[in-house]
Amino acid sequence: MTATSPAAPARGASGPATGRATAFVNLMRAEWTKIRSVRSTVWTLIVFVVVTVGLTALINWLTETHWYGPKAATRDARAISDPVSFILGTGIGLGQLAICVLGVLVITSEYSTGVIRATLLAVPRRIPALAAKAVVFAALLIVVAEIVSFGSFFVGSAILHAHVPVSLSGPGVTRAVIGAGLYLTVLGLFALAIGTVIRHSAGAIATVIGVVFVLPILSGLLPGSWGAHINAYLPEQAGSLITHTHEQASDLLSPWQGFGVLCIWTDLLLAVAAYLLDRRDA
Amino acid sequence: MRLLLGLDRPQSGIALINGQRYRDLRDPLRTVGALLEAKSVHPGRTARNHLLFLAQTQGIPARRVGEVLALVGLLDVADRRAGTFSLGMSQRLGVAAAMLGNPDVLLLDEPVNGLDPEGVLWIRNLMKQLASEGRTILVSSHLMNEMAVTADYVIARSTNQSVRVRSPDATRLAELITAAGGKVAADPADRDLLTVTGLDAAKVGGLAASAGVVLHELTPLASLEEAFMELTSGSVEFGGRGQEPVSAGGGSAQ
Repeated sequence: MTATSPAAPARGASGPATGRATAFVNLMRAEWTKIRSVRSTVWTLIVFVVVTVGLTALINWLTETHWYGPKAATRDARAISDPVSFILGTGIGLGQLAICVLGVLVITSEYSTGVIRATLLAVPRRIPALAAKAVVFAALLIVVAEIVSFGSFFVGSAILHAHVPVSLSGPGVTRAVIGAGLYLTVLGLFALAIGTVIRHSAGAIATVIGVVFVLPILSGLLPGSWGAHINAYLPEQAGSLITHTHEQASDLLSPWQGFGVLCIWTDLLLAVAAYLLDRRDA
Repeated sequence: MRLLLGLDRPQSGIALINGQRYRDLRDPLRTVGALLEAKSVHPGRTARNHLLFLAQTQGIPARRVGEVLALVGLLDVADRRAGTFSLGMSQRLGVAAAMLGNPDVLLLDEPVNGLDPEGVLWIRNLMKQLASEGRTILVSSHLMNEMAVTADYVIARSTNQSVRVRSPDATRLAELITAAGGKVAADPADRDLLTVTGLDAAKVGGLAASAGVVLHELTPLASLEEAFMELTSGSVEFGGRGQEPVSAGGGSAQ
């Protein structure tokens, strides 16, 4: 059906078509509106902050009160040899679950609600839409994750200071604390990429949890140096090296190398996600 | 419509809008407004924020969001979450999204779906008004009456013509037709009567003859085209399967 008239008047809400750079800024503003205007994003981030800092405080407090307990020797030795990952480890180990879920949901919720069609009608070239989402999400995460990382460190080190004297000026400490925030940020992008590939919330969350939490356990069961080598290059194992204060003798990668391995995994997955997003019917 | 809008990839052929692929349009919402299904909104997001992020993708100023909300009569509920909307309100929100960039071309898929009579009248008048402003509006609908009172041009597409068959051996015939890929609907009141879709009258007749089944009646039923013809008696264009390229041009008659 067509409506006819002699001449179509000039329309368009305002202004001329936008240039490339402004177009990307526009997309980032739109993605920011999307992220902030859904309650689940905000709540997941609040849960992440509370759980991570709260658990860090609880575990370190329990360690402090049981410092002279019967079976404490090995644990206390670890607390002294690698204080940052001891202080942050438990809290971030659980808090990263919230980041994985959030990373998946920022894209799969678009598929489950149908918003993806509205998005792709507005941005039919698709890949810039994904890029804008990744940039905005990463910017949000790095702020929140660094706050959580530093907050957890200060809370935990204050509780333990009588037994484990550690401050940001110690060797490797600042790098490890900043690194914990970086690790969580890249992990969020890793989850975003898997969410884009799988497109279904439940399947994508299960996959991310499988890769982050279950694969390290399974590879640890492999015999000989096989297991150790595979284990070292898994995204979570490699990436979390950056939260270690000192390199351990058994580490196959340095902290930054390990973080680099996580970044490579994430880049590869984002490339696959972009390719599939571009090719598949929405 | 999904092919035209670049949501699906065509297996062959291209779809153009104003001579361009949708993908190649800059700020496409300013050229084409589309209403596909009403449910393409996050239920936790307010109507205003849904329209705001769409506007931001094209650099459309935020005040335009208020304008389109007023246009579709949702200004009072703009800050309610879209999950609380009725189907009719969701449909209005979809129209608002389509109008955001003030486009020359509108593609509306079943726009009166779920609307109450008042809403139907509203969308009918809106479409007429937008068309009278010189915009091209492509509407798909299965409601022939609705199209008969709104459309200037009708393109009828029919893919399943049906055939009525009467046979004393209807059960056997039904099996033959199903085996040949057709679909059979039995008539509860008359055991000898079958309505067949997916096969034309000649094929059904051939099947019956080769199996030696006696037929008492074999009638091709009125097709969609014929129904349209009766309704609109004039200005009707027909299209079959696989017409391409599909193009909608600003203000041009097809």
